[in-house]
Amino acid sequence: MGFTDGFKVTFKTMFEDKVTTRYPHEKRPKPERFHGRHVLNRYEDGMEKCIGCELCAGVCPARCIYVRGRDNPEGAPVSPGERYGFVYEINYLRCIHCDLCVEACPTEAITESKMFEFSFTNRADAIYTKAELVVGDDGAPQQLPWEDWRPGDDEHTSGWMRATAPSGSPVYQDKVMWSGELGYGVREPEGGQALEVQESLEDLERDRAVPHGQLDDSVVEAPLHGDGH
Amino acid sequence: MIHLVAADPLLDSVDWITVLFVIIKALVAMGVLLGAVLMTIWYERRFISLMQNRYGPQEAGPFGLGQSMADAIKVIFKEALRPTSADRSVFRLAPYLAVVPAFLTFAILPLGGSITIAHRTTFLQLADPPVGILWMLMMSGIAIYGVMLAGWASGSKYPLLGSVRASAQLISYEAALGLSIASVVLVTGSMSTRDIVTAQATRGIGGVLPNWNILQLAFVPFVVFLIASTAELNRPPFDLTEADSELVGGYMTEYSSWGFACFYLAEYMNMIVMSGIITTLFLGGPAGPWNPTTPILRWLVPIIYFTIKVVLFISIYIWIRATLPRLRYDQLMDLGWKVLIPVSLFWLLVIAAIKVGRWQYAVGAAVAGFLGFVLLTRAIAVGAARAEDERAGKR
Repeated sequence: MGFTDGFKVTFKTMFEDKVTTRYPHEKRPKPERFHGRHVLNRYEDGMEKCIGCELCAGVCPARCIYVRGRDNPEGAPVSPGERYGFVYEINYLRCIHCDLCVEACPTEAITESKMFEFSFTNRADAIYTKAELVVGDDGAPQQLPWEDWRPGDDEHTSGWMRATAPSGSPVYQDKVMWSGELGYGVREPEGGQALEVQESLEDLERDRAVPHGQLDDSVVEAPLHGDGH
Repeated sequence: MIHLVAADPLLDSVDWITVLFVIIKALVAMGVLLGAVLMTIWYERRFISLMQNRYGPQEAGPFGLGQSMADAIKVIFKEALRPTSADRSVFRLAPYLAVVPAFLTFAILPLGGSITIAHRTTFLQLADPPVGILWMLMMSGIAIYGVMLAGWASGSKYPLLGSVRASAQLISYEAALGLSIASVVLVTGSMSTRDIVTAQATRGIGGVLPNWNILQLAFVPFVVFLIASTAELNRPPFDLTEADSELVGGYMTEYSSWGFACFYLAEYMNMIVMSGIITTLFLGGPAGPWNPTTPILRWLVPIIYFTIKVVLFISIYIWIRATLPRLRYDQLMDLGWKVLIPVSLFWLLVIAAIKVGRWQYAVGAAVAGFLGFVLLTRAIAVGAARAEDERAGKR
């Protein structure tokens, strides 16, 4: 009788391992390029990285970022440079976590963490202001009362930013330009990228052989081929 | 052998205490059934989850036991919607036509022996009408109206399709159901559920095996009843009436809030009651191997036996649901009319012949029935082959 085999299968299945992750109690490791909520990073000396250029707001497809820049107060500058982000707001009811703001940011001021467990009971709470987004003095993101964190959840930031910034070249992955991120130093390269990095390095050397225009200062700082020009 | 209908000793003399007793019994029965429904929903979800490599509800209360209660509260607080094209009063009435018969069928189930409280002895059974098991058929007949009217009164196409399917399915399987009940009634000589249970409480063949009808009737009516009752309950693999993938939710598509809760309640009540009916008819109801005589255990142990058997059948229903895919509509009708009804008719014939007590009759009936069955099967096969040929020829 053919249909009895089915009963055997369902019976045996009862004693097999379960596929369920008991989510709030146990959490699965997040994907390397997971996009969570944003943080506004600072330099090791406490200066904010944001220069108030509004590129993130301009590139945002969901129009969820609002930035106002302002000249640094003389004597007590907030960021190294001329201007700083005076107002910085992200509306998480609109944000689609596409990470375009992270790509656009010239100073790696805005990055995405892997934290996603936050919820609100009113619309005003959904708008994160600079007070909530800026990392603390230890370089770690602030934990807000409505965010569910476990120890270690804050240790990783968006791998996408790591792989592309600056100038969109993965060659610069793990090259220390400024400080390490969020106070946690530099991450290991992602798996499967070593070969690409080698190829890009070769491409880059070929490019370097051809003289071209002046490079951006920040890229020049890259210790890869220090005396590029 | 003719049994007299055993009347409930409580009703020997009727005064206000008797009335009070009956009211309390009804309330307790209602509470027990509602509690059992909550437990059954939880049990089904957990059990079917195990068969699908997952855990099922586990967050609300210990082991997720509070999940059904939480769902019940949630569903009742939802907005009650009614389509503009719906027939107002019938649309309201239909859910109750589903729930009330389910509870009324529960009333005839003997849950245990008898209990004595305040010098009054009463059966652990809400009612023991002389029509007994016919009551169950009557009630399932009324419950069909609940399904039909719900589909019709919704004024929407999927509920209507669902209820048309439901009425055809329920009516055709009721025949097989009735015939297997008839064989039970034949051996018992009474339709009262109490008598059916009492007749099974004795030791049977060899003094070892219980005298349960499942053995007495040699499994066939039991299997027929089990299949037909699955169809009667609209449970998979016979859930064509609410086939989610085809008909959204079948006859209860347009129901929300309290109406939906009623249908859901009725569905699980029917499942429990049907398990109870099978237990009563074929597995000796509250009969069990060990029957203590001490005061409290005397009435508690039979209830435990009964509960174990009911849970067993609920588990079988769930197991069937987890395993078998839904039947096609023509397969459903084939199974009902061409297999279950002839088989149970044939078996009824054999049982009747044995009952008359002459082995010649039994053999004669068996041979005649067998020949008839073979001829019928052959006729069906030929008909099916011809239909197949015609279909092939058309292509």
